[in-house]
Amino acid sequence: MRAIRIGAGAGFSGDRIEPAVELAEKGSLDYLVFECLAERTIALAQLARRQDPSAGYDTLLEARMRAVLPACRDRGVRIVSNMGAANPRAAARRVAQIARELGQQGLKVAAVTGDDVLELALAENPPLLAGTGRLCDLGTDRILSANAYLGADGVVEALANGADVVIAGRVADPALFLGPLVHEFGWARDDWAMLAAGVLVGHLLECAGQLSGGYFADPGVKPVADLARLGFPFAQVSADGSAVVGKAAGSGGRIDLRTVKEQLLYELADPSSYLTPDVTADFSAVRMEQVGPDAVALSGARGRAAPDRLKVSVGYLDGFAGEGQIAYAGAQAVERGRLALEIVEQRLALTGVAVDELRRELIGVDAILVGAPGHALSTPGEVRARIAARCATLQAAQAIGAEVEALYTNGPAGGGGVTRSASPIVAIASALLPRARIRPQVELEVA
Amino acid sequence: MKMRLHEVAHARAGDKGDVSMISVIAYRAEDYGPLAVALTAEVVARVFEALGLQRVERFELPALGALNFVLYGALGGGVTRSLALDAHGKTLSSSLLAFEVDWPTAKTEGA
Repeated sequence: MRAIRIGAGAGFSGDRIEPAVELAEKGSLDYLVFECLAERTIALAQLARRQDPSAGYDTLLEARMRAVLPACRDRGVRIVSNMGAANPRAAARRVAQIARELGQQGLKVAAVTGDDVLELALAENPPLLAGTGRLCDLGTDRILSANAYLGADGVVEALANGADVVIAGRVADPALFLGPLVHEFGWARDDWAMLAAGVLVGHLLECAGQLSGGYFADPGVKPVADLARLGFPFAQVSADGSAVVGKAAGSGGRIDLRTVKEQLLYELADPSSYLTPDVTADFSAVRMEQVGPDAVALSGARGRAAPDRLKVSVGYLDGFAGEGQIAYAGAQAVERGRLALEIVEQRLALTGVAVDELRRELIGVDAILVGAPGHALSTPGEVRARIAARCATLQAAQAIGAEVEALYTNGPAGGGGVTRSASPIVAIASALLPRARIRPQVELEVA
Repeated sequence: MKMRLHEVAHARAGDKGDVSMISVIAYRAEDYGPLAVALTAEVVARVFEALGLQRVERFELPALGALNFVLYGALGGGVTRSLALDAHGKTLSSSLLAFEVDWPTAKTEGA
């Protein structure tokens, strides 16, 4: 049976580049997919694009492309990515330019757009998914971006047009992997079982190293061999949807039933109802079997019709966050840390700094579980006192860190190592829009 | 008897908006039964009470030896606006494994 091999080149925008190069060179790949868009990355990229119309795509696009294009061109590996962020056209032009500089004249680079639905979202004003209210209640002057999660259609069309590199904006993460499979195998867009099998592959690969031993190691209990040289995973997918996941020979990491189970359930709510723009996937009856060293076979994904509305991520400005931290060590470190937190809060009140929400905690004691009983495993010999607040103005947010810094000379004994920050909060809300109103567009750029 | 979850299971935490998802997976197939008895949604809700959760939902995956917990309202308003040090809640999985639960003996397990 015909099979296609797809590799994962990145699991987030700041991911390591070396494992992607290793996979392109040694993975016998047909496709290499880079998933680089977190929830709010597009909103931040939109801010960058407002400053500079030729910006707004992934800041590591250039470094990644220079690193992998030579190996991919030599071996005929096609690239798919959402590194276009808020500006896929500009990103595609940049990739074509880099290809020319590398002597790869004729390389075809596609831009997939259509995910930017800001105008439609403002006009439709749909209800927000969490909480109450409608989209425009966020404040139309504070809304930065609205991007729909596109399915695989745009990627499929780009590949059918002969693209060697496909650069999209917001596309559902698994759809970046499903696109090549639909293109290669000609799966019907209502063949729910096959689409679910492809989404399973995409879901497992989209976080790259998290399938192959990243986010897993627990010394002595869950060891991972040569974690420093963690290799990124690939999937060998057959036309019947069955797949075997693995990694490049000689790379570090680990792929077995334990790593695969953890990633299968990662970020899922109901495993029998995973909503994507292409299919509603059911992973509850997935079967897995270790078929070799660092090789696990998967089958049994089931699928139902895709939802008729698409999820839209709305980025909006939500005030400012201010933060300060200071360290205490030795005898009574916890007591001095708590005193520091108390007086900072008192001084903020005394000087009339208005905060909408405030958090104070001791890192090393209660920063993660905010004082839950049963979690104080032992008395720490050192702590960092941390205070963070949401404020309406940048000035107020800056005052948080300033008061923490002032603890050097005006606070408890032996406080050191202050860090402080203040920045606008770009928050994300979600809504649904009718699928029929959202269409991907594909443009081709030739190097 | 008391059992520290870390002895019998591994776990991974993920997030979507203000929701934390935590999988808890038995190392050995025979431990799934007792784990499913011991680690109910109510127990997990108590463990993470201080986070101010709205509710906890549990999904059972016996074929994988796994439980999947969905913690609504766990992330201080969501990754993008939370003031928390660990806004994603990535550390919650290991925090959960540090807990001791009432582990059913073989007798109560069969009962």
